[in-house]
Amino acid sequence: MKQLLEGNHAVSMGVLRSRVQVIPAYPITPQTHISELLAQFASDGTMDARYIKVESEHSAMAACIGAATAGARTFTATSSQGLALMHELLHWAAGGRLPIVMACVNRTLGAPWNIWNDQSDSMSQRDTGWLQFYCEDNQDCVDSVLLAYAVAERVFTPAMIILDAFILSHTTEAVDVPDEMTADRFLPPLNNPHAIDLDSPRAFSPVVAPDHFTEVKYRQFDAARRALTVIDEENRRFKEIFGRSYSSIETYRTDGAETIIAACGAVCGTIRAAVDRLREEKTPVGMLKVRTFRPFPSELITDAVSGVSTVFVLDKSVIPGQGGPLAQEIRAALYDANKRPRVIGAVAGLGGRDITVDLICEAIRGLEKTKDTPQPFFLGMKK
Amino acid sequence: MTTPDTAANERTDQYITPGHLACPGCGATLAMQWVLSVLGKDTVLGLPACCFSIISGAFPHTPMNVNLVHTAFETGAAIASGLKAGLEATGRGHAHVVSWAGDGGTFDIGLQALSGAAERNEDIIYVCYDNEAYMNTGNQRSSATPRFARTTTSPAGESMHKKDILAIMAAHGIPYAASASIAFPDDLTAKVEKAKHITGTRFLHILVACPTGWRMPSDMTITAARLAVETGVFPLIEIENGERTTITYLPEPRIPLAEYLSIQGRFSGMSKDEIAEIQRWVNERWERLMKTADVSVP
Ligand code: SF4
Repeated sequence: MKQLLEGNHAVSMGVLRSRVQVIPAYPITPQTHISELLAQFASDGTMDARYIKVESEHSAMAACIGAATAGARTFTATSSQGLALMHELLHWAAGGRLPIVMACVNRTLGAPWNIWNDQSDSMSQRDTGWLQFYCEDNQDCVDSVLLAYAVAERVFTPAMIILDAFILSHTTEAVDVPDEMTADRFLPPLNNPHAIDLDSPRAFSPVVAPDHFTEVKYRQFDAARRALTVIDEENRRFKEIFGRSYSSIETYRTDGAETIIAACGAVCGTIRAAVDRLREEKTPVGMLKVRTFRPFPSELITDAVSGVSTVFVLDKSVIPGQGGPLAQEIRAALYDANKRPRVIGAVAGLGGRDITVDLICEAIRGLEKTKDTPQPFFLGMKK
Repeated sequence: MTTPDTAANERTDQYITPGHLACPGCGATLAMQWVLSVLGKDTVLGLPACCFSIISGAFPHTPMNVNLVHTAFETGAAIASGLKAGLEATGRGHAHVVSWAGDGGTFDIGLQALSGAAERNEDIIYVCYDNEAYMNTGNQRSSATPRFARTTTSPAGESMHKKDILAIMAAHGIPYAASASIAFPDDLTAKVEKAKHITGTRFLHILVACPTGWRMPSDMTITAARLAVETGVFPLIEIENGERTTITYLPEPRIPLAEYLSIQGRFSGMSKDEIAEIQRWVNERWERLMKTADVSVP
């Protein structure tokens, strides 16, 4: 049954349907609505879960690690500074191979203070070993929670589902919330064979000396790589059960395209509209949505853009001294390709500035005119 | 003289076996033995960075016969909160969850998480084994380091008095907070036994003499730990619900502090005035304690 839900509440509903057992959480704008609804569910018995009112995001992730090590399905949500505060423990959760799922409601990182949306928080955690899934709409938000658990619990790697603040988190859309029985069919209860067993005591994440450390890290690396196949398999299973599908990358009107606009997250909706308009003007453009950012689906992306002349990458965060992270990754992926399109990196939408259809169309029209573009260029910047 | 409970003594090395990596004469391993001898097999330890991260061995070896979850330095109480919730959610809520942290992980970097867990009255036992400095990294001062003790980062002698962690913890109103010593195993195990049967946050502050950091021969561990209590610098007390304070061992007469200081290299070079000053500090605190506390000596 369809319900009108904001993106944050869509995430909470996904958590409810995933039968999460432990939720340690700390409030931060703009993720607060996720935790508030979960606190309500846990307190009125809608959910058989323990909600732990921790005193910081750092402790939230530590408590997630404890609960997941004990074998419970565990969830938390955060944004921005909160995610940054967790950084150390994101490594710990991934290295400990714990299938925790977290929602990150994308908000920029200070300084200066800004509570609005861009992707600088999640992008700065890209090397922590967490899987990263960027959502495009509110349906995606509810479904991604279930999908993230399905994948995380097979490869024993934590997963972050990522949604743009306000654009999704506080905006209402009609969402089909899976019913309990169907959700249970897709996501059975967690039975983690690596969890604490009182009858067979073990040391978890002990000191590992140089003679074994590389091997441990290789396994972690391999599991994250294997996740690409697992994501694909779970997505197919999801489609069979729910009729909806979320592949690691998605393309839109790329047939005959000379330029492909690539991005992550809700901005892909805007890009679709821009592509339609540009196509009406006979400009041959298409879109590449990168939904799975970690592990990075290099081969899928290379195939998707092979034959086009330009990949125009729209990043909603910037690495000072370098450029946009998505542009950087796509360039790296294309290095081994036979026919390499040129990659142009654009940075837009920082700190909550709107990215409009007009802005994208103008940028693409500008590309046609000038061949030399500074890298990265800042879209729509005031002179 | 208190004699160790022999029955408990027989049970101790069930849970931490020979082959651990502590320095000779380490007080921390004794504390672990005594605590586990009471709590038993269904105990899960959350272990932030501390000497025990090393003592408990490198992969694939472990001398521990209980589940042991290593974690980041400042997360002792937070990971324990999660462990307890996770065990409850998976039908094993009866297991004791113990956060086993050193003084650095308790008095300093871990205090926020500990305060948070105490405020929520998490059903965990938090044990701080206190060797009075960051010993695992080579003896740097912590806020548990006593005044005038020399460490690598207080080479001229520590300038501040030790933080009163027990009072801080008791001020949270938790059901049980107690100090204990490896030199008084009957008292220690009785406190663990008491803590075992209480629900909510229980805090145990165990002074563990550390031959390496205290700069004394390795056969002085128990002597030093005993003198800490007999001089009154480390009183054995318990505080219930943040209100009722009980002295569980009454050193009478109290031995002059100089005896405790003189056997430890870390206090070498203290002037007579400094010793007198710290003796005065101990006396004042002791008098205050006697005014507010009950005395219950078994
Ligand atoms: S430094 Fe002290 S506390 Fe640490 S293992 Fe050695 S003796 Fe034990």
